Amino acid sequence: MPIYLDNAATTKLDPRVLKAMLPYLSDNYGNASSIHSLGQKNNLVLEQARRDIAKILGGEGSGFIFTSGASESNNFILRGIMRANQSKGKHILVSAIEHPSVYQTARSLQKEGYEVGFIPVKNDGQIDLTALKKLLRKDTVLVSVMAINNEIGSVQDLNAIAKLVHATGTYFHSDIVQAIPYLKIDLQKMGIDLASMSAHKFYGPKGVGLAYVRPGLKIEPLISGGEQENGWRAGTYNLPGIIGLAEALKIAYRERTAYLPKVKKLRDYFWQRLQKEIPDIKLNGNLKKRSENNLNIRFGKIEGEAILMDLSTQGIYVSTGSACSAHNLKSSYVLSAIGLADYDLNSNIRFSLGRYNTKKEIDFTVTALKKTVKRLRAFSPVK
Amino acid sequence: MSLNYTKKTIKAFLKPKNIGVIKNPDAVADVGNMVCGDQLSFSIKIAGGKIKDIKFLSFGCASNIATASILTEKVKGLTVAQAKKFGWRQIVKELGGLPPQKVHCSMLAVEGLQKVLKTYERKHPTLLVSKIKTKSPSKQK
Repeated sequence: MPIYLDNAATTKLDPRVLKAMLPYLSDNYGNASSIHSLGQKNNLVLEQARRDIAKILGGEGSGFIFTSGASESNNFILRGIMRANQSKGKHILVSAIEHPSVYQTARSLQKEGYEVGFIPVKNDGQIDLTALKKLLRKDTVLVSVMAINNEIGSVQDLNAIAKLVHATGTYFHSDIVQAIPYLKIDLQKMGIDLASMSAHKFYGPKGVGLAYVRPGLKIEPLISGGEQENGWRAGTYNLPGIIGLAEALKIAYRERTAYLPKVKKLRDYFWQRLQKEIPDIKLNGNLKKRSENNLNIRFGKIEGEAILMDLSTQGIYVSTGSACSAHNLKSSYVLSAIGLADYDLNSNIRFSLGRYNTKKEIDFTVTALKKTVKRLRAFSPVK
Repeated sequence: MSLNYTKKTIKAFLKPKNIGVIKNPDAVADVGNMVCGDQLSFSIKIAGGKIKDIKFLSFGCASNIATASILTEKVKGLTVAQAKKFGWRQIVKELGGLPPQKVHCSMLAVEGLQKVLKTYERKHPTLLVSKIKTKSPSKQK
């Protein structure tokens, strides 16, 4: 049996979610925009899902827009808000550890003539609030800070950030894709004006996500040419996906209180054993203010992709921020941002635990990892 | 991104040949890839103008290890002149292909080989003369 420790990349579809989706992949195939009853029945189901989601995440129902996933939502929100609010200004701030779908989109906006600032983070992965305060201006339209980082699991103080951001009349966007169910989200209470997420990060299907746009905000659509989502996002409703997203979200928060201590205990046990049994390893980031399922570890003297491949041949699936694993051969800018030296950037493995992991799997992984690290270190030239 | 390694690459990664450092080597050389941070360290033993032994150490990904392993296997026994002509395409061919963004690993391995041979020649200048004659390799013996 494979051991899946890459739940921040994607998760296994929950069978209960699949069951909820199935009717909409077969008999209930109507287009939720169609006028006839096959379509309109699905329209009712769609709007119920939207209300269910709003109840859990605490935003206004009409603010939830279904998309293909968080990457689309991030693109839509960054580009759409900046384009539609030029009367306020052309300045946008994003954190230095944002997901590429925010980071690269900000860079692309820069080329279009917008002014982009990057908010630094401290070595524990926390946004530097003093720096943010200094960077904020009257013409800052949007600030984007992710709730939980995908690589090091650092959890941001969203309430404090929102407060600062609103002081200049700036909108606050948070990519909450890694935060389900690790944070209790109440968009309105927390002062989050805009948010993005994907269903597949919490045992829902791939290819569906949400953009939250607080009603009343001006935004331009990214995909136009249809009246779906009040014209904010054209394209036939992905009803099986939307039903899957809503069901996965409901399960995630219903089971949250039982899940969080369980996964934290497993993660802490894993880290304690590794510290004891493998020399020359370090935790990237801070163990506090970190999502309960994340470990990002530096294994001295050896390269991350080699560790990953060695584990993969043993049926253990993890992830790395090393340059060798990246398409552009660039190492993780997140690890750079939290202060890792260049020579340390390629020796890191991310373990992201999830709902289905067991202690037995962790024990097996520790044994395998000890062997892997020993083997690769035996012929490392690094002194 | 396709990062599918061939079975042969995985095998060479899991069971690399010629790893380590040669005792009393005739030359050693380190190379590093500025782009991805990979490093290779070669040591070599030459006798009678031929590569008698070659070993390597690696800080690198699976294909870095696999390509260096294949290279050492292929050049062992070659004359210095023959080894200098050894190209990265031979490694890629031997492994049955490499993912496009991993081809540079084979180039780093060849760069390391070139460097260790150059270091050897610098330390053994007499052989530079024979190198000139290598156009007819048979005479080198």
